Amino acid sequence: MRIQFYVLITLFCGLSLSAQDYFPKNDGVKAENNNFTAFINAKIHITPNKVLDRGTLLIQKEKVIEAGKTVQLPKNTILIDLNGKSIYPSFIDIYSNFGVEKPKPATSGGRSAQYGPSREGYYWNDHIMPENDAISKFNYDNKKAKELREAGFGVVNTHIQDGIARGNGALISLNDIGNDSDRVLADKSAQYFSMTKSVAKRQAYPTSLMGTLALLRQMYFDADWYAQGNVTTKDLSLEALNTNKGLVQIFEAKDKDNVLRADKIGDMFNINYTILAGGNEFESVAEIKATNASLIVPINFPDPYDVSDPYLAEYVSLEDMRFWNQAPTNPKVLEENHITFSLTLHDQKSTSSFRKNLLKAIEYGLSKTKALEALTTIPAQILGKSNIIGSLQNGSQANFLITSGDIFDKESVLYENWVQGQKHIINNKELKDIRGNYNLAAGKKMYQLSITGELDKPKAEIKEGEDKLTSKINYEDHWLTLSFNTKEGDQAFRLSAMATSASDNLEGKLLLPDGTETTFNATRTSAFSEKEKDGAKETPVVVPIAFPNIGYGYSQQPKQESMLFKNATVWTSEDMGILEQTDVLVKNGKIAKIGKDLKSIGATIVDATGKHLTAGIIDEHTHIAALSINESGQNSSAEVKMEDVVDPKHIGIYRDLAGGVTSAQLLHGSANPIGGRSAILKLKWGAGADGMIYNNSPKFIKFALGENVKQSNWNSFSRFPQTRMGVEQTFINYFQRAKEYDIKKKSGQPYRFDEEMETLAEIINGERFISCHSYVQSEINMLMKVAEKFDFKVNTFTHILEGYKVADKMAEHGVGASTFSDWWAYKYEVNDAIPYNAAIMQSQGITVAINSDDAEMSRRLNQEAAKTVKYGGMTELEAWKMVTINPAKLLHIDHRVGSIKEGKDADLVLWSNNPLSVYAKVEKTIIEGAVYFDLEKDKQQREAIRKEKALLINLMLKEKDNGSPTQEPKKKNQEELHCDSL
Amino acid sequence: MKNIRNTIALVLLSFTIKGTAQQTPASTQKEAISIEGAVAHLGNGEVIENSLIMFEGGKIFFVGDAKTRIARKGTIINANGKHIYPGFIVTCASLGLIEVDAVRASNDKDEIGELIPHVRSLIAYNAESKVVESMRPNGVLLGQISPKGGTISGTSSVMQFDAWNWEDAVVKADDGIHLSWPNSFKLGPSTEGQGRRHKPNENYTKEKEKIVSFFKNALAYGKSKAPEINPAYAATQGLFNGTQKLYVYADGEKEILDAITNTKNLGVQEVVLVGGYHSYKITDFLKQNQISVLVRAPHNLPSSEDDDYDLPYKLPKILSDSGLLVAMQNTDAKNFQNRNLPFYAGQLVQQGLSREKALQMITQNPAKILGIDEVYGTLEVGKSATLFISEGDALDMRTNQLSRAFIDGRDISLETHQTELWKRYMEKYNGK
Repeated sequence: MRIQFYVLITLFCGLSLSAQDYFPKNDGVKAENNNFTAFINAKIHITPNKVLDRGTLLIQKEKVIEAGKTVQLPKNTILIDLNGKSIYPSFIDIYSNFGVEKPKPATSGGRSAQYGPSREGYYWNDHIMPENDAISKFNYDNKKAKELREAGFGVVNTHIQDGIARGNGALISLNDIGNDSDRVLADKSAQYFSMTKSVAKRQAYPTSLMGTLALLRQMYFDADWYAQGNVTTKDLSLEALNTNKGLVQIFEAKDKDNVLRADKIGDMFNINYTILAGGNEFESVAEIKATNASLIVPINFPDPYDVSDPYLAEYVSLEDMRFWNQAPTNPKVLEENHITFSLTLHDQKSTSSFRKNLLKAIEYGLSKTKALEALTTIPAQILGKSNIIGSLQNGSQANFLITSGDIFDKESVLYENWVQGQKHIINNKELKDIRGNYNLAAGKKMYQLSITGELDKPKAEIKEGEDKLTSKINYEDHWLTLSFNTKEGDQAFRLSAMATSASDNLEGKLLLPDGTETTFNATRTSAFSEKEKDGAKETPVVVPIAFPNIGYGYSQQPKQESMLFKNATVWTSEDMGILEQTDVLVKNGKIAKIGKDLKSIGATIVDATGKHLTAGIIDEHTHIAALSINESGQNSSAEVKMEDVVDPKHIGIYRDLAGGVTSAQLLHGSANPIGGRSAILKLKWGAGADGMIYNNSPKFIKFALGENVKQSNWNSFSRFPQTRMGVEQTFINYFQRAKEYDIKKKSGQPYRFDEEMETLAEIINGERFISCHSYVQSEINMLMKVAEKFDFKVNTFTHILEGYKVADKMAEHGVGASTFSDWWAYKYEVNDAIPYNAAIMQSQGITVAINSDDAEMSRRLNQEAAKTVKYGGMTELEAWKMVTINPAKLLHIDHRVGSIKEGKDADLVLWSNNPLSVYAKVEKTIIEGAVYFDLEKDKQQREAIRKEKALLINLMLKEKDNGSPTQEPKKKNQEELHCDSL
Repeated sequence: MKNIRNTIALVLLSFTIKGTAQQTPASTQKEAISIEGAVAHLGNGEVIENSLIMFEGGKIFFVGDAKTRIARKGTIINANGKHIYPGFIVTCASLGLIEVDAVRASNDKDEIGELIPHVRSLIAYNAESKVVESMRPNGVLLGQISPKGGTISGTSSVMQFDAWNWEDAVVKADDGIHLSWPNSFKLGPSTEGQGRRHKPNENYTKEKEKIVSFFKNALAYGKSKAPEINPAYAATQGLFNGTQKLYVYADGEKEILDAITNTKNLGVQEVVLVGGYHSYKITDFLKQNQISVLVRAPHNLPSSEDDDYDLPYKLPKILSDSGLLVAMQNTDAKNFQNRNLPFYAGQLVQQGLSREKALQMITQNPAKILGIDEVYGTLEVGKSATLFISEGDALDMRTNQLSRAFIDGRDISLETHQTELWKRYMEKYNGK
């Protein structure tokens, strides 16, 4: 009862704005204020592109009545003269969590992961919460609102920033005087999504970015299925998702590549997301532009690294230094490329740092008009609210800023931030500037008084002759109070005066140290002037971006050229074997001709005398260039795709090229019996992810057996399977379901689209190939039997360390093998792993490849292949095939790569020596006729990195000297991913 | 295809299959052996193209040209066209201390405690390890076996790789103490959007101080005969009188400078740097302090994105070129990788180091650093007959094919658990 009473009080006390006319009033009489307010003689920015030099803005209650050169003013108008001042529409942030508390992180529970959901009546995955409603969690936050208004914001679009599907947002005016009935411009203002799990929920799935993307896709498929009335049970999540389909859809990506990932999902389901960017979009602006998405861009530019300690500075990567240097250009680059974007406070260190960064963006080339658009008209337009916010057109909300001048000038002062026709003072615009030098007569003496500092926070210095006296000053609401001590320091004079516009001198009351009251006066001798800035501002030095934008990235992406290799020893990896003193001509990215004494006009001649030319190495099993390896939230993750998480900036790509690797299969890890779909890559350093993935790529999926999928080597006791017996049953169950799914699908009946089942059905139908992580003979045999039961063939066993024990059975099944040369003894199931494995399997007619599963080994697979000569007596010819044509065959790309044959892709490596020799070094690596690695170029790159780092370090030191805050040196963690990386 | 199968079948016929779990250690040399005609790589930088090497009672008594007119003693092995090498020596390995990495029960390499020099590797050394025996067919016949983990991990010993038990295996007991110097840069917690990153270690000075204080106390402890034994202090006394070496693991430039300056100042007589990723920047300092280096083997990745892709490949060569005494270790890698030691040396030749210098890095140099060079590491008269014959260049994968190997003159088996499985299954397939 009592609580209700308080609620009533707060509700009614706040009501000074527009009375809600149907609310009863018991604490007085009803009275309306229908007066107008006119701001005259101001420079008015009605929109960023429509500016009146001396105009009038007329408002009434919460609305703009008119803004114009000449405006008819009703008689009941209060006039405010803003001569010399400017008016701007106030800013809008559409990516805010204002007034919405962030959910508390779940406390960790139990020693095993939680696989099932914790809710009932909602979607099966706890991180999908489209039913969340920002307004239900909303509490107006006065303190934060004040901060935001001080930064120039009048309206924010808030939401609960938690989970993958986050529910809908609310559009809030930062109006302190009114209450929520005034402030809430819209609930259900937008529907929000992200790639981050809920901190409040413990459900394991998804553990990875690729799992998150798969979950989002399946969520939309399921929503559609639900909307068609095919589901008999209740799902409040999907209902909310469907209901809010028509709203603005906002996606938190926070990184350029994630912008592209979000856009891909949008394309699949015909949704045009507005996307929260990451600030690094300048690195691949062409791809970003191609998405056609509107962006919300943070401007949380990094501080320079503190590089004053050379030992610590050593650890900062060129990539991180460059990002510090280039990040402030992001808004400019987006503007130049005509990408629609709004700006956000999101991820600012503090609200007050926003302005500093905004000015920095302008210093780095963002136009002031675009800056203003990005804070007013564009966010309004994205939200579909241009009629009420973002401008000062007739009928708009009266949300505007009064400034001393150009809002994007460093010197300008923000005086007032009006929200919904209510004045909020930031700095008192009427405050008289009392700064200057005075002759102060007090008591019977003369003193020199000098007032400096900020207008509303002045500093005072009082001198008696040459002696400085200690003093205190306060200036507020036109009242000055000043106290100072005598030379001896023990007795205080106290002064108080009111500054008036009538005179520049100050007069007022003086209290002498003995308590006597008298008066003082101070005659101004000169006005305050700010110190002159040191010359004109230098244009910032910005280093150019590279492809990719890290050390060893190229200034331009390598281009195809015609090349003629003369007199090489050519390892064809074909029946032709090794050809001595042979020429190879490369044209249009293909191997055009192999022969003796070849000639070609215009081709670059490469003298390969004494050198060896081979096809590029193919690594059947790699985990470089990936942002995640395992989706371990479920025992089957056929729905996830490595293609979704290719990281084209990974230095492992360059290092692989330096080891002669040109193609690789990026495999999902081995956490689950059924893993994810592969990405088969050409290591085109400098291209984006899509540029590296094979076009018309054969379809592959990772499967796994043994200790990893049983979770034997870490604490996990709740997930099926825990034994090899369970692994078989997992496969049989999934394949049976996929078979039934496929039958239903082909029958023409309506069916629920299931990405996981689609993928498994592809396997059964022979359209997708399995590469299966495997160790001991029992499980190898088992998977072949399961496959045979469902009438398909296992394509590849990878690792396959006991393959030699069942090589005859494998040959009969027709499966290939991709193995390590000599790894063993790292876990129980590799007790019987032997380096002779490759040779034995090969002797039984199996197609055998040597792979790496390791970033270090990948860059010297030639040596690993050579070990098969030692262990098992392979011929050099056959050994070399194990890293070229054999993996190409296993990956079904042997018609394109893997050997030197006319018509095939010119993926070539020039070696200093016999490629199987430990003494051989890669001199050039070529993909489709373009040189991606070259020893000479590499030398230049090292020098360029050294120079650029020196330049950037100097710039950072300079910025530190100029008083900039810094961040401590950091080193990028080069996490080397393997099969069991979680 | 057929040809290869036939060759393999022929090869197989020449083997006998024992079928036991471990190879039986060879018995003491009973009769002199003379190896004639091989290219002898002496391990000290010298090569004899057509050599004669004779040994008896486990000791080499002749090294010279095969044309020398001297009576061949005992069994004569014709090694025409083949190569002969001193047994290769690994350092800082945990061979025999752990068998299967993922099986905790098989792990004896890392005791709890931060400063535990009194913990000794040799008594836990499993002379019957299948991983140890797999070293031999590649020419790796000796190794320093060291405990891992903590700040002072414990005391190592040098062992030979063909023995019935750890006592028989010891070549040099308790040769050194292993100290991991703290890092001034450390992996921080995961932050949103950036993952985990290395950042300055706030506790670096404190961690350093702990070590300094430990050594000061150990030194003071040794100066009087206290009635109560402090096992940790007692175990370090050899460092101050020069009978033991201190192996200091440090990679950063600052850490190396700190580690060496501090430990030398504290009275440690012989300091060996282990790791030394940034050591190439301060070779003059290392030379002045007469520091030898057990550098990380080349088959590793550069530790920073901007480093030369081949920095690990060439690092040992850079150090060697600057005049430092250098050998290699791969202590961070899995145990089984130690058998690739010859190929680490091969990789240095790829980087331009001469073949014999590269060979020194796995023979004479480690012997000197470990303090066993009076007996092992080179083919010289008076030294132990610990050597092997390879069909070809033992630093290259293709030609590292051992036909015979000897430790202290004992004719050791080159069979392993792995060769036995190979033969067993080839017989199965050839038999059908």
